[in-house]
Amino acid sequence: MTALDEIKIGGLGASRRRVEDNRFIRGKGNYVDDITLPGMLHMEILRSPVAHARIVSIDTSKAWAMPGVRLVITGETLAARNLAWMPTLSYDTQAVLATDKVRFQGQEIAAVIADDPYTAKDACEAIVVEYEPLPVMVNPYQAMEDGAERIRDDKENQPDNVIYDWEVGDRDGTERAFAEADLVSKIQLHYPRSHPSPIETCGSIADFNRATQKLTVYMTTQAPHIIRAAVAMVAELPEQMIRIIAPDIGGGFGNKVPVYPGYVVSILASILLEKPVKWIEDRTGNLISTGFARDIYLEGEMALRKDGKILGVRMNCIADHGAFFSDAQPSKFKIGLLHSAFACYDIPAAHLTARGVYTNKAPGGVAYRCSFRVTEAMFFQERMVETAAIDLGMDPAEIRRVNFVRDDDFPHRTAFGFLTDSGQYTKCLDLGLEAIGYDTFRQEQEEARKRGRLLGIGISTMTEPLGAGNSREFDILGIKMFDSAELRIHMTGKALLRTGARSQGQGHETTWAQIVAHELGLPAEDVTVEEGDTDTAPFGMGTYASRSTPVAGAAISMAARKIRAKARKIAAHLLEVSEEDVEWELGRFYVRSRPEQGVTIQEAAMAAYSNMPDGMEPGLEAIAYYDPPNLTWPFAAYIAKVEVDPETGVWDVLRMVAVDDCGVRINPMIVEGQIMGGLTEAYAMASMQYITFDAEGNCIGSNFTDYLLPTAWETPGFELHEVVTPCPHHPIGAKGIGECAAVGGPAAFVNAVIDAVKHLGVKNIDMPVLPDRVYEAIKTGKDVSGAPPVRTDG
Amino acid sequence: MYPPRFEYEAPETVAEAVGLLVEGHGSAKVLAGGQSLIPMMKTRFASPEMLVDINGISDLEYHRRDADGSIRVGALCRHATLEQSQVLADHQPTMAAASALVADPIVRNRGTLVGSLCHADPQGDWAAVMASLGASVIAQGPTGERVIPVQEFAVGPFQNALAYDEIAVAAVVPPPKGKPEGGYLKMERRVGDFATAGVAVSLDRSAGGVARAGIALTGVGPRTIVAEEAAAILVERGLDPDSIAEAARAAAGAAQPKTDHRGTAEYKRHLVEVFTSRILKRIAGSSEEAA
Ligand SMILES: Cc1cc2nc3c(=O)[nH]c(=O)nc-3n(C[C@H](O)[C@H](O)[C@H](O)COP(=O)(O)OP(=O)(O)OC[C@H]3O[C@@H](n4cnc5c(N)ncnc54)[C@H](O)[C@@H]3O)c2cc1C
Repeated sequence: MTALDEIKIGGLGASRRRVEDNRFIRGKGNYVDDITLPGMLHMEILRSPVAHARIVSIDTSKAWAMPGVRLVITGETLAARNLAWMPTLSYDTQAVLATDKVRFQGQEIAAVIADDPYTAKDACEAIVVEYEPLPVMVNPYQAMEDGAERIRDDKENQPDNVIYDWEVGDRDGTERAFAEADLVSKIQLHYPRSHPSPIETCGSIADFNRATQKLTVYMTTQAPHIIRAAVAMVAELPEQMIRIIAPDIGGGFGNKVPVYPGYVVSILASILLEKPVKWIEDRTGNLISTGFARDIYLEGEMALRKDGKILGVRMNCIADHGAFFSDAQPSKFKIGLLHSAFACYDIPAAHLTARGVYTNKAPGGVAYRCSFRVTEAMFFQERMVETAAIDLGMDPAEIRRVNFVRDDDFPHRTAFGFLTDSGQYTKCLDLGLEAIGYDTFRQEQEEARKRGRLLGIGISTMTEPLGAGNSREFDILGIKMFDSAELRIHMTGKALLRTGARSQGQGHETTWAQIVAHELGLPAEDVTVEEGDTDTAPFGMGTYASRSTPVAGAAISMAARKIRAKARKIAAHLLEVSEEDVEWELGRFYVRSRPEQGVTIQEAAMAAYSNMPDGMEPGLEAIAYYDPPNLTWPFAAYIAKVEVDPETGVWDVLRMVAVDDCGVRINPMIVEGQIMGGLTEAYAMASMQYITFDAEGNCIGSNFTDYLLPTAWETPGFELHEVVTPCPHHPIGAKGIGECAAVGGPAAFVNAVIDAVKHLGVKNIDMPVLPDRVYEAIKTGKDVSGAPPVRTDG
Repeated sequence: MYPPRFEYEAPETVAEAVGLLVEGHGSAKVLAGGQSLIPMMKTRFASPEMLVDINGISDLEYHRRDADGSIRVGALCRHATLEQSQVLADHQPTMAAASALVADPIVRNRGTLVGSLCHADPQGDWAAVMASLGASVIAQGPTGERVIPVQEFAVGPFQNALAYDEIAVAAVVPPPKGKPEGGYLKMERRVGDFATAGVAVSLDRSAGGVARAGIALTGVGPRTIVAEEAAAILVERGLDPDSIAEAARAAAGAAQPKTDHRGTAEYKRHLVEVFTSRILKRIAGSSEEAA
């Protein structure tokens, strides 16, 4: 008997087609808005048109009087039940419906529950709110001014608008490094606010059954179990009586981790009315009120030796969190994993300070394929390295090579204290440079310049921490960030796998089955994957921060290995040999001395239900909770080549080369899809995608006319390459990949544009690198920083 | 989408449609491609009590070149039809150039040129194109037809010169006074984005000179701007490097841009100059090649 071909059974390395696409491309997906329950009512939220104002009065009488209106809820309704404020995932509080004042445009003020969504919307318009305007602060510098109006006057210990001051690294050591430097390179950057804008907006259907006392909530959430715990605590309901179901999710990107007022109010409405209540957010509601991304200012400094060696790094960051500090992030790290910056470089000393500030903008900050602000960390890092190369007059590829952690230097403790464990950084970079033709590029660039054409190549290299995380360091509200898998092998050898993660497009139904195929030799098509129902799935922290493969994926391996261990005992029993004499090859146990005598995994499964050894517990099921020993550290080199039109400032991407090392690839096709999606978003961030505000706090970017997503027309083509350095601690050697390209990509595009214009004296153009900014930089020979300008002095 | 309540009528003739508008007495709106009206109803910026859907009036679904050389575009002619039109490819270069730059392919499948003119968005592309051609709108009301020059048709942002009981049945481009040449350039941040700035140039060339010139600008003022001085320079002096540079400067001078999230006023003005000059240089270059 020949061993199974792992690719044929859809195991590790098979570019298996996505099984979930079968229903998606037929329009048979089941999203929250597809669900209709008997007697269901519809909820609509009234939002504030102004950014900062005291609420003088709310008159709901006209809304109550409209036929078809069942309930009007205001902050007062909630306050009577102690629900007007809710805790956030960052130990702050957030208004569910405003009682005292509104703190950002789009804030939730009231909700109407009616027979149909039209009536609910009409009734919202009939609610009259009187406002008394307050000064509006749309950036942290305004909010930090002396005597600035306090945004969070609801909080006793909040004398100003500063949320936290946090630091990490070695202040003194960094000081010394700067004293020894040949050159100090400085840069000021703003990573602008953007929004994940999943195509499916947020929504929920709350269904409280008075007779059974059970609350079922269908919800667009990436983390159903965290939501169940939060609902249990906030609504003071017994946890076993709460069932959160995250059905198909139309994209999350971190937008669907937090708890939003709409969820809470729909739940209360269902309890009060004893009817199912559906709330589906509209596009504007999603863009102006739910978890945004980034909005951080950086003052970066680098201490450099003449030969390009980085001696020390200083990063001073100011984060605009909006009106509530509501990010979902590990509680130890106030500004996420920003201090993962410079992890791929061997740097003696680094120091980072971060200040969080309230402003009159929507709350959030940690979202959009960011892996807890690693997006900002790597963007800042790669812009700082690029600037250092310019200041030193050094080749941008060379400065990276000089500072990379060497292949034989692992494990490596980074200057900020992370432990990286594997990688081949120079190999990846060189592969990318060769692919894009870097050797001859400088000459090409020079000749083009003579003919009035501006060409540039931008490099971005980085290793990032994915897969939070080990329980020593990572928790959300005290709950450790492990994950889980439960695997049931049926007697016919078919399997059901459930995890605590929740796919929102990542393809878990496909790849998880491949891990089982790899571990047990069951054909992937024999494994059904289910996620998202807290009544059936084991507890898990959910899917974000590229953590599903590193954590839940590892749990699947571990559960499958438990099954294999038990199946081995059964096989020994069937083969009538001792367990020590049983060998395993993919899908089959055999007797070491007589390889032709064996038991397939399917035969062992049948025996687990029909012919188990004496004293053995019947059945073949296992559950595993996995607490990863470390983060996983994928590496990437992204290299963009652009041409800038000197007359209009328009830049076109001529080529984009990506070299990704995410360890072992479970499904190469899905990995490539993740990379292409990430690069598209990276291009979006670099070129067009941002949310800005006018001085009154009006959100510019409240619909897809103003908030631009790139389409197939302008998105450039991508050339993908791979290097594989297996993760040393992950059971199958995989590392995260979901966010790499979105994290590392933006700097490649920006560096490319800067490379094309740096001979004019330009070192920075803030994202998005809009044509008018490029034009201004070319014309003035000066940096262009986006509004508001970063402070220029201490 | 949850717009306020409205009535819906789908007449089959223009007369019927006009009758409904008369009845509506200002509370009814014509629905053509719906690519501007529906988004406005969805966001509740528009809340007409009645929609008069003209999509069933098949008489309005045409575009053609008449014997005298004029081009006539019916009220139901879609952007996509114009994009694929052989008539425009052969006879009307400015319209042909613009037709592929309006909105995105999906919107172009439904949106109409006449609807775009009626919508009177200062950032609408067709208004500049048709103004550069000296085109007119044919309006039909209860008492008959009248002809309104495109330049007078938009009376303000999102306001047109139609009476409440009139339907725009067609737009007409007059016969050219020579060989029509032209182009349309537009800065958009992304496909489907409205113009940061756009320039339409239409020339009728005869005997080596310029018999007629029209230059109009998109998105750089409270309404479509007609750069008359720039056009006059070309008619007077023909196409040479100096006249082109001067006309481009004059066009930029006619712009009244404002700084917004699409770009600074200065940048938009600069774009007008660059685009005008690029179109004119291309026309001058191609006629040199032909000669
Ligand atoms: C995503 C998107 C991107 C777009 N980008 C661009 C762009 O880049 N450039 C651009 O120019 N346009 C753009 N548009 C607008 C598009 O071109 C519209 O199609 C056009 O503006 C309106 O034409 P319509 O036939 O769809 O009119 P409708 O939406 O049906 O009507 C628009 C208005 O005109 C009135 N109206 C329409 N037809 C008549 C008629 N025959 N008689 C009297 N009144 C009438 C209606 O009552 C309404 O007030 C975009 C639209 C969308 C949705």
